[in-house]
Amino acid sequence: MSAVAELDVDDAQRMPRRRSLTLAIGCVLVGIIVVIALVSLVYLPYPPSDTSGSRLAPPSPQHWAGTDKLGRDLLTQLMIGARIALTVGIGSVALGAALGVTIGVIVSFATRWLDDTLSALLDVLIAFPTLLLAMLIVAARGASLDSAILAIGIAMSAIVARLTRILGKRVLSQDYVTAARVSGTGRFGIVFLHLLPNIWPTLVVNLALQFGLAVLAEASLSYLGLGAPPPNASWGRILQEAQGTVLVAPVGAIAPGVLLVILVIGINLVADGLRDIGDPTRRRRR
Amino acid sequence: MSEPILRVDDLGVRSGAGSLLRDVSFHLAGGQRLGLIGESGSGKSLTALAIMGLLPDGLTAHGSIRLDGSQVVGAAERALVGMRGRVASVVFQEPLTALDPLMRLGRQLAEPVQRYRSLSRADLREAVTDALLEVGLDDADRIARSYPHEVSGGQRQRVAIAMALATRPQLLIADEPTTALDVTVQAGILELLDRVISERGMSLLFISHDLAVVSRVADRVVLLRHGEVADRGSLAELIARPQHPYTRELVAGARELDGAIDHPGGLA
Repeated sequence: MSAVAELDVDDAQRMPRRRSLTLAIGCVLVGIIVVIALVSLVYLPYPPSDTSGSRLAPPSPQHWAGTDKLGRDLLTQLMIGARIALTVGIGSVALGAALGVTIGVIVSFATRWLDDTLSALLDVLIAFPTLLLAMLIVAARGASLDSAILAIGIAMSAIVARLTRILGKRVLSQDYVTAARVSGTGRFGIVFLHLLPNIWPTLVVNLALQFGLAVLAEASLSYLGLGAPPPNASWGRILQEAQGTVLVAPVGAIAPGVLLVILVIGINLVADGLRDIGDPTRRRRR
Repeated sequence: MSEPILRVDDLGVRSGAGSLLRDVSFHLAGGQRLGLIGESGSGKSLTALAIMGLLPDGLTAHGSIRLDGSQVVGAAERALVGMRGRVASVVFQEPLTALDPLMRLGRQLAEPVQRYRSLSRADLREAVTDALLEVGLDDADRIARSYPHEVSGGQRQRVAIAMALATRPQLLIADEPTTALDVTVQAGILELLDRVISERGMSLLFISHDLAVVSRVADRVVLLRHGEVADRGSLAELIARPQHPYTRELVAGARELDGAIDHPGGLA
């Protein structure tokens, strides 16, 4: 065709595919937390329930991050917390995404009245307080990390399903889906070839956001006694316990907060990077 | 005459209580070319979607559409999937939205090719290259590796045509295939359609608002207006002796634009 178009393409191909900077920074931040969590599996400075330290001690060579009000080593607690945070984040996002995307894709194919019914149902589920849901699940299964993940994952799936439905409907109304149907592609083909790849960039960013929210949700569940019971120290609980003594021993309140922020920002940067990789038009513009 | 490849009888499309298309009838025999002309909102594209059994939710068709002898109106989705592609294919107006932005063109084209006949990897690649060459894309290898946004509008439309042809349909429905393209590119696409249609002995249903464009590829036309057939006949007949007021308007409009080339500023 036109010479301009030729030039355009050549240009795009000559440009080296630059590694996404956001992805690199995100990986480093998440990597820090992952390493801490992995180390906690093989080595902890003190046993989790060891209260041998003096209470509310400031950082010292024996206790790098000081101790809490029961005399437990704070670094030990924080390391266990990293493990809990990642478990909750990965577990609930996996559950929420699997349930939510499946439901959302089905709903986006639904015809009018079925779509209306299911959408209303999703809205009810979204309006249903996560805490109430968590209480019901804990009442049925007992307080444990699994119960918390189940509750957070189910609550998340409603939000993911609604997003998937909106994105899916938009993709399904595109000509390339009609073209695929014209050439005889069935529904499964359309879902896996066109629908999922096209909603993935937006979805993955949202899931990263949900990951951060899940970690925070677990913190509030722990505070209410609905999360993982001790000695599973979650960052949320450390934060809550340090709340009253923040002026005397600030490390206990600051450290879990900083780690939480590192993890959430890291995940979001990774998600941005992944979206750029999944979308060739963005890849080129960078 | 043998059974036509497409026979539309008293086709109507309803949206709830409203009627969008009424009493549309026409037929198309093997190897024939029919133009469907009308202004926007006249129901041209709706007719095309109804023929493929792809009406949007909430719209219902009644009447009869027989594609290669089988009824489309009221047919089950399963029966339609088997029919689409093999009997009829569609080329859409906007080539940018008709191609998946996240898939390399070669892979997109491989989909319908493979659906039609199962091939090994190497054979598939060759079939894709051949398909691209057939629609006049000489640097087929580069196009196959590109994403839709990396090639020009005309190239995209050629790929879309290659995809529509890949399933070896007997009927090609072209829904305003040149409207989104500039004039010089338009001419190339029309030439291409003209060539492949004759080479393969296919039938063509060409949908457009532009009488001049239709006159290049079709010999008979059906004029749609407000969801009804306003006029029909051979193109030469209609242009020479327009009967219906709308036909006269269309022909006069096309003439006026043509005349403007010889007399610049004549319209003002």
